[in-house]
Parts: sequence; C-alpha cells; structure tokens
Amino acid sequence: MRVITLPLIGTVAAWRTEARRLAREGVRPEDVLWQRGERAADLFASAAPPSTKGQPLTLPREAVAAMEGALYHSDPQRFARAYDIVLRLSQGRLRWGDRSDTALHRLLMQDKAVRRDIHKMHAFVRFREMSAPDAPRRAFAAWFEPDHPITEAATPFFANRFGDMDWIIATPDLTARFEAGTLRFEETQTTFRPAPDATEDLWRTYFANIFNPARLMVSAMTSEMPRKYWKNLPEAALIPELIRTAPARARAMQEAAPTLPAPQTEKRRAKRPTGR
Amino acid sequence: MGKRTLTEKLAILADAAKYDASCASSGGERRDSRDGKGLGSSGGSGICHAYAPDGRCISLLKILMTNFCIYDCAYCVNRVSSHVERARFSVEEVVRLTVEFYRRNYIEGLFLSSGIIRSPDETMADMTRIARTLRQQEGFRGYIHLKTIPDAAPELIEEAGRWADRLSINVELPTEQAMQALAPEKSPRTIRRAMADVRARREAAQVKSHTGKRPPRFAPAGQSTQMIVGADAATDGQILSNAAQLYGSYKLGRVYYSAFSPIPDASQLLPLIRPPLLREHRLYQADWLMRFYEFSPGEIAPQGGMLDLEVDPKMAWALANRGRFPVDVNHAPREMLLRVPGFGTKSVARMLEARRHRTLRYEDLLRMGCVLRHAQPFITLPGWSRAPGLDDAHLRARFAAKPEQLSLF
Repeated sequence: MRVITLPLIGTVAAWRTEARRLAREGVRPEDVLWQRGERAADLFASAAPPSTKGQPLTLPREAVAAMEGALYHSDPQRFARAYDIVLRLSQGRLRWGDRSDTALHRLLMQDKAVRRDIHKMHAFVRFREMSAPDAPRRAFAAWFEPDHPITEAATPFFANRFGDMDWIIATPDLTARFEAGTLRFEETQTTFRPAPDATEDLWRTYFANIFNPARLMVSAMTSEMPRKYWKNLPEAALIPELIRTAPARARAMQEAAPTLPAPQTEKRRAKRPTGR
Repeated sequence: MGKRTLTEKLAILADAAKYDASCASSGGERRDSRDGKGLGSSGGSGICHAYAPDGRCISLLKILMTNFCIYDCAYCVNRVSSHVERARFSVEEVVRLTVEFYRRNYIEGLFLSSGIIRSPDETMADMTRIARTLRQQEGFRGYIHLKTIPDAAPELIEEAGRWADRLSINVELPTEQAMQALAPEKSPRTIRRAMADVRARREAAQVKSHTGKRPPRFAPAGQSTQMIVGADAATDGQILSNAAQLYGSYKLGRVYYSAFSPIPDASQLLPLIRPPLLREHRLYQADWLMRFYEFSPGEIAPQGGMLDLEVDPKMAWALANRGRFPVDVNHAPREMLLRVPGFGTKSVARMLEARRHRTLRYEDLLRMGCVLRHAQPFITLPGWSRAPGLDDAHLRARFAAKPEQLSLF
C-alpha cells in the first residue's frame, strides 16, 4: 500500500503531480491510500508497491476543470476516486460525461457542490475595515465558514475584485492574505473574528428598507441564503423581526384609505416643463 | 424639514426603490482591479450578496437619487400627490455608499434610479454625474445600472451609456390605455423611441471603424425593462406578446414583471390589492420558455387569455397538446425534448450527448437532472413502462397545486 500525504496548502496541485507519477509507475488505484495534511499511520503502509507497466495521463480539456473542482470537496474519498477516474479515462475505459458510471456521477455532483460553495463564498464574505491610520492601502478582514476546503480556489476572485486594498479571509481550514498585491495562504492558527464595522449599520438600514413586507416569502430567501450562513452576516440579525412584523405592515398599507393629493402637489407640478 | 442624516436618506430612498424588480449584474464587459489602481470587477455571472425575507436577491445597491417627483403615476409610491417622506442624495453621498458597501463585499455595484425633478434633462445629468464620478474619481470597476429618463437629451443618454453597464427604461404598464389612465405624463411612444435609441447606440458601439478603432463603449450589459402586472386589466397573453415584441424590436436583455404591490399611501385611482405573486411567477416561467425553450407567446397563452395558475406553463402546454406525446427520448429532436415537462436545457444537452454513444434508459434520466415525476407520462424509453397514461382524465390533477398553496403568502 502506497500512502500519499498531500499538503494542506496546494493540495490539488500536489494531487496532480502525484497522480501523474503514480500513473507513470503503473500503480493501481486500490494500492494507494490518499490523505491530506498530517501524516497518519496506515497499517498496510509498508507493503511494497506492485509495479506494472505505467502510462502518461491524458484528459479531455473539459474534464480537467471538473476534476479539480471535485478535489476541493470535503469527501475523504475524493483523491482516490479522481485517481481511479483519470486512469480509466486515459485507458479509454470510461467516457467523460457518462453519468451512468457511479464514480463519475459522484465526481460531477461533488464538482457542482464545490462550485455552489465557492459562489456562496463570493456572495457572503463580509469584510470589516481594519485600516491603520496612515497606511497607504486600506485594510479589511473577514471570517468565513465554507462547507468544503475551498479557500485556495475561491479567493483569487477577491484578489481580482479588491486589487487596491489589503485583506485577509480566514476560514476554519486556511487563511488567505492579500497584501500589496500578493495573495498567500497559510494554515489558520486561531479562530480570529474581526470586530464590527460602523458601515454595517448603514448596510442594515438598507437591508431593512429594500425589503417589501407585502411580498413576504421566507422559503425563497432561505433556499438561497441558508441559515448556516447567518451568523457571519451582519444583516441577518434583522431577519426574524422583519418576518414577524411583515404581515401587520402589509395589512396596514391595504387598510389605509387612499388619501387626497398631498398639499405640495400643485406647487411641485407647476415646475413641470410644458410642451411635451 | 430639518436636515436629514445619511441613514435617514438611505432608509427613504431604498424604500422608494424597492418596487423595481431588476437586480441583474451579469454579463457585459470583463474588468478587474488586479493592477491595484482601481476597485472592483465585473463580467461573468452576477452574484446575489444577500436575500431579503421577500425572497428577492440583493445584488446591487438599489436606490433612488431622489424621490421628489413631478409626475403623478397612480401606481407609484413617489408620485407627486403622495404623502410619502421625501429626500435627496448628493452626488458624494451616493458615491460614498456605493464604494463603502462594495469594499465590504455587500454589493456588485449600483442600480440608480430617480424621481423626475425640475426636468428630465437635469435629472439625467445628475445621475450621469454620479456614474462618472464613480468611474473617474474612484476608479470603480464594479457594475452600474442606470434607469434612463425617456425624455432626456440624446447626449445625456450617450454619456450615461459610456459609464453604465446597463441602461433600462420601464415600459411601466402593458397597454397604452393603462398608461393614459395611470401614468398620464408618460408616453409609450417616447419610451419606445428611447429604447430604440439605446439599441441603435449599442449596435453602433460594436462596429469598428475602417482603421480598426473601437467606438466608445455603450451599455455593454444591454438594456432591460419592467412591466407592472395586476394594476390594469391586461391579460397574460397581451403581456407576453408585448414582451416578445420588446425582446425582438429592442434586443432587450430582460423584461421584468413586477406584481403590483401595496404601497404606503395609495392613490384613489388605484385601490390596493394583494400582489399577484403567483401570476408574476408564471409570467417569469413563460418568459423563460420564450427565451430558452423556443416557445412562441401564442403557444403559451392566447392573446386574450390568462396563464394557468395551478400548473406551470410548460406542463399546461403538454396537457393541452397530448397528441404530441409520448416523446421517444432516444429519437426525438432537440426542440421536442425541450417541450417535455421536467426536462431542462442542460438535461436535454446531456441526453443528446449521451445518445451519440448508447441507448438511454430511464435510470439515466435521473442522473441527468430531470424531474421524472413531471416527465413520466410524456416519455417513452427502455426501462420505463408508462403507468399513468396520457389519456388519464386525472392527469392534470396530479400536477395541479393544491388550492391552499395558491397563495404564496
């Protein structure tokens, strides 16, 4: 049994290198034990690797992105599954996209789950300002909890978007730091939470007022913004109260009798340009 | 009236903007700020940064520059005769809110609309100044959507299109009669002329000169519009054929349908109703069928007719056209597969791909993402023997929403 321990940082790139090497050596999928991070003891780790004739890996281009996506999933079996699939694809024993293959179907579903997780991270990270008084660049920080270890895949987006500021995004797995235009990753040491930011009050004002109580539809909100994200969203604390008071607010609008034109109406109307 | 704080203005001018349904921030120009000299990025798919308890996404900072207005549109909370509180942002305030919200990753950009103050030209000039300040002074590369004032001067529209990703002009109401009755100062003809003008400018901005020089950019993410549904007597058939014509004539990116919603301080002309949310939902489904499933508006709803509220429009079409079914999943052309309830554009693409290699079986469909409960009566393929026949008199009842679910409240 061959034990491959992938590093916590650069996991997917390391998997790619290892998979190429193992394939060249002809190592069978069932003879590899994949793990990430700390090297754990494996009872069969000392067994000698069986070496048959190997081969280089060739993959259809559309396969590469989905394979890599699935490798950011939290499933411990993802490395082994992906290795088995690349071997079968290379040998022509599997057609890319064939969902009747259970392993490939699962890989595609996991890629989809990862893409959704990345999308939600892009949406729900909330930066809090921590700029030093005289610093040339403004600085922000966020704590975020994705479902999968996606930090390396998800944060280049923030580097493209927030190119003129420094920022840190810490997750339970890795922390991304963007300083002076360089993006780096490190293992998260503490569960650091940035302190609230005064602009959050303005944001909550906006959130409360853009909501239309006459259209209350809670399930439509929670299907796109599940409760698990709420604890790190400054606006989410308002939600229970907005829901509770919505029916009465909507009723009050409907029951109020139509009013006569406001007293300023004619004065304002007089300013209207003529000759349209 | 004392001087309002920024928080008070934001409360009033967000409240005033919430009846506009548009929130798209996708498409258009690809930009980023990796060079460190600006802020923001755009292009690709839009992001919904939050959801309000009404289920609507919050993607852009959607505000009015001011809710003072000289027009008197009966459905509008900001009409001149309304008692609603009034406020006005300065250019600097809008710029500051946009940039500070953006830096904290709350939004994709700005969607700025406005009541008409003094004159259409002055209002449009002020809105354009906000967009220009964001782009030039703040180096803002996020998304900007400007609501265009139909009667504004052409040079103002041209400048707006230079700074904005998307321009929109609301057609407001589905019929001309309703416009006359409810929005007396707005003219459908002026609105359509403005839309045609935006289309022409967008097309001109695509054409390179003989030296290969690109003309200045103009609203790269296109134009959209909104129709209020349920404030007048227009039928769904009228609304959809109107939408099809708007898509065709003005190359609109989107038509939004907004259920007429109770507003504070209603007009005597237009008593408040419960917003027809389910009807709005069915119109969006029908719109989707026209844009991605090759349905014509007449197939979905006859000119004088209404959409079925109990079943979705694709199911309704299939039930009314049972003679076209069952569809042989292994041999039917793409356009017929797209008409099967429960089959989406993605699953149909997967079927066509897989069909080149082997015969599809029923079990395959589930893994391709089909909703088999809907598809079952309408398909035939190995591994599936049609249990509930197409001639089953109760077929419709199987898919109809139960009456108590009719209200989305």
